Amino acid sequence: MQDNLLSTSFCGIRMNTPVLTASGTFGFGEEFADFVALSRLGGVCVKGTTLAPRRGNEGVRIAETAGGAGMLNCIGLENPGADIFLQETLPRLTKYSMNIIVNISGSTPEDYGTLAEKLDVPGVAAIELNISCPNVREGGIVFGTDPRAAAQVTAEAKSHTGKPVIVKLSPNVTDIKVMARAVEEAGADAISLINTLLGMEIDIRTRKPVLGNVTGGLSGPCVKPVALRMVYEARQAVSLPLIGMGGITCWQDAVQFFLAGADAVAVGTANFVNPAVTMEICDGLEAYLQANGMKNIRELIGALEQ
Amino acid sequence: MTLPEMKSKVMEEAQVRTQKRLAEGVYRLELSAPEHARHALPGQFVQVQVKSPGVFLRRPLGLAEADTESGSVALIYREVGKGTAALAALRPGEQVNLLGPLGQGFRMDVQHPLLVGGGMGLSPLLCYAQHLWRHGAQPEVLMGGRTAAELFWQDLFAPYAAAIHLTTDDGSLGRQGFVTALLPELLAEGGYDSVAACGPEIMMRGVAKVAQEQGLPCEVSLERRMGCGLGACLSCAIDTAHGRRKVCKDGPVFPAEEVFC
Repeated sequence: MQDNLLSTSFCGIRMNTPVLTASGTFGFGEEFADFVALSRLGGVCVKGTTLAPRRGNEGVRIAETAGGAGMLNCIGLENPGADIFLQETLPRLTKYSMNIIVNISGSTPEDYGTLAEKLDVPGVAAIELNISCPNVREGGIVFGTDPRAAAQVTAEAKSHTGKPVIVKLSPNVTDIKVMARAVEEAGADAISLINTLLGMEIDIRTRKPVLGNVTGGLSGPCVKPVALRMVYEARQAVSLPLIGMGGITCWQDAVQFFLAGADAVAVGTANFVNPAVTMEICDGLEAYLQANGMKNIRELIGALEQ
Repeated sequence: MTLPEMKSKVMEEAQVRTQKRLAEGVYRLELSAPEHARHALPGQFVQVQVKSPGVFLRRPLGLAEADTESGSVALIYREVGKGTAALAALRPGEQVNLLGPLGQGFRMDVQHPLLVGGGMGLSPLLCYAQHLWRHGAQPEVLMGGRTAAELFWQDLFAPYAAAIHLTTDDGSLGRQGFVTALLPELLAEGGYDSVAACGPEIMMRGVAKVAQEQGLPCEVSLERRMGCGLGACLSCAIDTAHGRRKVCKDGPVFPAEEVFC
């Protein structure tokens, strides 16, 4: 099987490819089943889940920006809540044989523990802690910008689940290395980075903010250099496996993240433009490995020449 | 006439057949897209990817026409921003990528509906009228515009409508006033079995209210900013009588009483 080139193991999770999809950009995976062989993905990080249902933010939630190189969103973690996810969504997803990584968000450190415990069930491959959502008032980004709070949230989740705990870091910090080290010391099994960058857009005709929530999270090709730099820095700071993401739209972008030290990559906003983009990235990575005489993607990880 | 086959969504490279200016800033783009033409249902939309510098996300546009035999679909749109400007710049032979057909369309189990539209809202209603007409139904149309010049749609609807009723804000054509000025008497006397509305939300709310008063089922087609068009990003989530729903996946066509409550 050609995908042997890309098959890998991440936190003990067997993955057919190291290409995942980023939370919030791929629903629960099933929405893309017409375009993607979901089992070929390394995993699907499903829509951010909270204890109680959330309706998200009012008003405009999405805007194209940065001269067509980016997108702002302020969905605000709309989701049906963990109980509905477990009762209705998760059973529906089993037929796709994909690795399901549940992204969770809480208002307090205890919320993360409760959620991690609830989701310690068959069918969930790992938990991803969203400590960096820029679009919710309480919790969210506070946990992602204060190393002590990030460590506390990580420890709380770790102590309540047997599943691998991946911590998703915010780029809205002065030094990503400090955050990476804090969650590593607190027992995280892996780190994913980056979440969106805080941004804003103003309509000069109405003189009002474009987004209903005023500010939002910036994603898309314009954030890729920032994401790549942060993956590179995190790689220097910690020995944990890393999922690199931020603005990946093609296999060439993915190769850069592997070279910078990512063990896997996740594709986000690009799924909106081309719902089959993850498959194209897998194909491109295979061709690149073959052309360079490599037998497995692991040979590429951290192979940056200096 | 065979019913369009139900099939999953596709991505299709569509070639521009014609690009025609219908009115100031309004264009009709005809595309060769056999897969979409074959499977599209009236009221569904496509996510159009224009490969143009400065345009990143796809743009959702309602299908204005779909013809299985010629394998073509048509989009009618107003140039309002970068995306639609790039669309308007397309010439015959050039390509765009279509993702679709998406969403839930209008009901087809009606015989004599009144289709009520204003502005670009008339575009999906044209597709609806076409499909109904081809299936032997007798749709009538009520269209409103600010002035006579905005009602260029008459000619497009003429082959597919048993009657066309007009209103203009300035009285330059048809009854003076909004569509709701003419609607009550039409519904009282027209013997319709249903109403479908697409246009500004305030108009649709007014239409739905009159339809409800007359005891007629009414569908409305909503418009929201969208990201993915597949129900994943939740950019277009709305409140309904049945809880949160996504305009792109559960709509854009909804029974009026589910969304205007």
